[in-house]
Amino acid sequence: MEKFSGKVWVLGDDIDTDIIIPTEYLALETVKDMAPYAFSPLRPELAAQIKQGDIIVAGKNFGCGSSREQAPEIIKALGVKCVIAKSFARIFFRNSINNGLLLIENEKLRDVVSEGDDIAVTLNQAIEYHGETYEIASLPKNLMDIINAGGLVKAMRKLNGLD
Amino acid sequence: MGMTMAEKIIAAAAGVEEVKPGDIHTVELDRLMSNDGTTHLTIDMYNKLKNPHIADVNKLVWIVDHNVPCDSVKTAASHKKMRDFAREHEITFYEGAGVCHQVMMENHVTSGELIFGADSHTCAYGAVGAFGTGVGCTDYLYAMVTGKSWLLVPETLRFELKGKLPKGVYARDLILTIIGQIGANGANYMAMEFGGEGLKTLNISDRIAICNLCVEAGAKTALMEVDEITRAYLKEHGREPKHAFQSDGDANFAKVYEIDLSAIKPIVAKPHFVDSVVDAKECVGTHIDEAFLGSCNNGRIEDLRAGAEVIKGKKVHPLVRFLVVPASQTVYEQALEEGIIKTFMEAGAIVMNPNCSVCWGSCQGVIGENEVLISTGTRNFKGRAGHKDSFVYLASAATVTASAIKGEIATADMI
Amino acid sequence: MGATIIEKIIGNNTKKEVKPGDIVTVHVDRVMIHDIFIPFVASKFEEMGFTKLYDADKVVLIYDHLVPASQVDDTRHFRVGNEFVEKYDIKNIHRSDGICHQLMTEAGYVKPGNIVFGTDSHTTTYGCVGAFSSGIGYTEMASILGTGTMWVRVPETIKVNIKGKLPENVMAKDIILKLIGDLGADGATYKALEFAGDTIDDMSVSSRMSMANMAIEAGAKCALFTPDEKTAEYCEIELTDRERDLVGDADAQYCRVIEYRAEDFVPVMACPSNVDNVKPVSELVGKEIDQVFIGSCTNGRLEDLMAAAQVLQGKKVAPFVKLIITPASRKIYNQAVENGTMAVLAGAGAMVTHPSCGLCCGRAGGILTDGETVVATNNRNFLGRMGTSKVGIYLASPKTAAACAVAGKIVEPE
Repeated sequence: MEKFSGKVWVLGDDIDTDIIIPTEYLALETVKDMAPYAFSPLRPELAAQIKQGDIIVAGKNFGCGSSREQAPEIIKALGVKCVIAKSFARIFFRNSINNGLLLIENEKLRDVVSEGDDIAVTLNQAIEYHGETYEIASLPKNLMDIINAGGLVKAMRKLNGLD
Repeated sequence: MGMTMAEKIIAAAAGVEEVKPGDIHTVELDRLMSNDGTTHLTIDMYNKLKNPHIADVNKLVWIVDHNVPCDSVKTAASHKKMRDFAREHEITFYEGAGVCHQVMMENHVTSGELIFGADSHTCAYGAVGAFGTGVGCTDYLYAMVTGKSWLLVPETLRFELKGKLPKGVYARDLILTIIGQIGANGANYMAMEFGGEGLKTLNISDRIAICNLCVEAGAKTALMEVDEITRAYLKEHGREPKHAFQSDGDANFAKVYEIDLSAIKPIVAKPHFVDSVVDAKECVGTHIDEAFLGSCNNGRIEDLRAGAEVIKGKKVHPLVRFLVVPASQTVYEQALEEGIIKTFMEAGAIVMNPNCSVCWGSCQGVIGENEVLISTGTRNFKGRAGHKDSFVYLASAATVTASAIKGEIATADMI
Repeated sequence: MGATIIEKIIGNNTKKEVKPGDIVTVHVDRVMIHDIFIPFVASKFEEMGFTKLYDADKVVLIYDHLVPASQVDDTRHFRVGNEFVEKYDIKNIHRSDGICHQLMTEAGYVKPGNIVFGTDSHTTTYGCVGAFSSGIGYTEMASILGTGTMWVRVPETIKVNIKGKLPENVMAKDIILKLIGDLGADGATYKALEFAGDTIDDMSVSSRMSMANMAIEAGAKCALFTPDEKTAEYCEIELTDRERDLVGDADAQYCRVIEYRAEDFVPVMACPSNVDNVKPVSELVGKEIDQVFIGSCTNGRLEDLMAAAQVLQGKKVAPFVKLIITPASRKIYNQAVENGTMAVLAGAGAMVTHPSCGLCCGRAGGILTDGETVVATNNRNFLGRMGTSKVGIYLASPKTAAACAVAGKIVEPE
């Protein structure tokens, strides 16, 4: 099973899609153009600080609000390996799966973890932090199929006989 | 020696018997208009003064019109600065009431006044025989603090109008023709004065359109002779003339032009200069992406009526964005009552709240790369309406509306 | 075993009995794409290798977020949209007719029992006519355009029963805000909301729209109202037996049932900066405000404008306060002109903009700055939604909003 570790950025409850990427920047041509404005209403400096392989840990209802798919795409573009939250809003959840951004639900970690610490994740099994183990659930099969195909675009290309 | 209208207004404001072109006089100003294009800069300078004060707050009129409703966080901050300052100092303040020059005409300006506006199209006030001129923030601030300013007495170009505009030809076509004739700097530093029998055929709305655009020929101000039409307009708005000056018979004009109104045709000013005018027929068939009917130049009820007459029962071309923007809330309410708003909305136009819109070019209605706009706005400079690589044609309300229907430049007689 | 409305709709669509938790593939009756996402959908669609739409008649494109354009690059979205329409022979295109969620039912694209997806979270709105509608991202939209299908997990249902007569100063908006406050912003995540009771029966389709529209603010997948005679009249159809049967059965399984008495509702506001931060207006009275916004797919309909006009009749907006009115559609605008509502609003000093998303999507239409406060009738008050992160956004009903505009501060509607 895949295992990885990364540095943690900690956010609160109800991190909405307007915080992840304000509407003002939504008509920029590419996700790369938008990425510097990620999280700007809440923490304008954060986008520049996030490094490849970092992990976001947040409270409940992460990604609530709009259907804007730029939200998970930007988080992925910033180099974030996965988002661990107490819970996710449903459109954001679907959009993340479709773009291959890994989401992990865990009720407890957010309340104990400190920003800047390292955590280790074993996919579909557990998170390790300060010697404690936090169990995580497996994703349903149909979602793993999309992830295994490399996202929905690749799954559709396969369907259309292109790859 | 006789004096021109401009000379008489300056003499009165300077408290002297006589002035002549080239003299510099200190003048008492009647009114000081400023809008959200620059007022925040004036406030910044004001706050740096050693002893900031306002000579006479009753002279000040501040109007938020360029970005209404507000469309960016940057503008929101400058609007707030302006609003807070106006509130604190009890300055007459409008927000959303319409384009500044139209709001001034409806509520404040009277004949014989000398008015500074922190906007180049302040020369519009000449429509009722007021000397309006555009100034920068520094001049504005000085006038705000002292109530006075200095003024170089301009030479005057006299336009002697005769005859009557043919049906389907508008004041807009007339002034574009004149600008084309004298050039974009043809009246630099000068006053443009309009009189003659032909003036009687032009209503105040026409006169505003003409005076408003004189700055595009470089004029310092524009002035129309005060007549019964002026007096009736002022009376209707509850005002009396301060002075009703006429130029003397022996006044000295730099040049006198005779303009036969009956010879004017529908005109288009091509990108990227206002004096690049041609017969509208020469542009027929030019593809457009957007059409704009509005602005301090052509957003009055008469202009909306002219457009509505062309479009009634027709549809806007599906690929054209046709912006219709009344010049003021008063105009909007009148247009509502006359069924004109309904006509435009049913035709598929985009009817915006009164504001400067795409004439200002940095607000809602902007055009994109390589797009083409036909507009009743004041200017067609490169990049004026949005993207730096875009194109603006200027024309009358009727021509703009006809073009919106066709999806390419067209004149009203083609509809 | 009885079924909830959502179970019936999905069951009818898939022609099999379904239960919460089932993952099924549905045939999509209609899709909506708006201007912000058109370029993204178009590029994903072609990247996926599709060369034609599953059914061009089922696709609706609507320009609303960027109308009129406020940034020079905005018109690129129109250009890409126009090219897409041309290339794939799409007939259903609205370039300046109003907000997508208003037009989808108003222009007859959505009927009771339909399954509809849109590239916008407030797609839940069409539950007002008994359709299952939900928001999705542009990648999934691209895949629907090619396949006509989408997988869904059959949601559990929360039933909300409301009985009795609402107080005069309370609108549907107050009910849905109260419910979101009670449920919390994630209280209905993955679930369907189903509304019933005589208060709901008495409600106009417009009021039901306001409620369905905001279901997403409690995380819901969809919100559903049983189609009735009002629905039939609104949709200009005769209801079929199958449509009439879109009612939650007495023995259906609900994960939760919530009961309200209509008489208990009071005017409320969602306070900064979460929609579930709901308080009675009476607790907020006196707070000074800078702007009022009446509009959006939540509350920009004729009944909303008329409710505001009733408050504003013969009055003026307070000095230095702006009242911005953005009708939800061209049709509504015209109706408001026709019945004199617009004259009252303009006479009170309101700025009436062209129908569009306006301030609600935060790109134009009344952006604010640090320290300013706005009372708004739209659906979100998130941090930075209408300007800087130091703008206080209070969500309220059109009646409350109009009363605040006159007072220049937060007040209860009379």
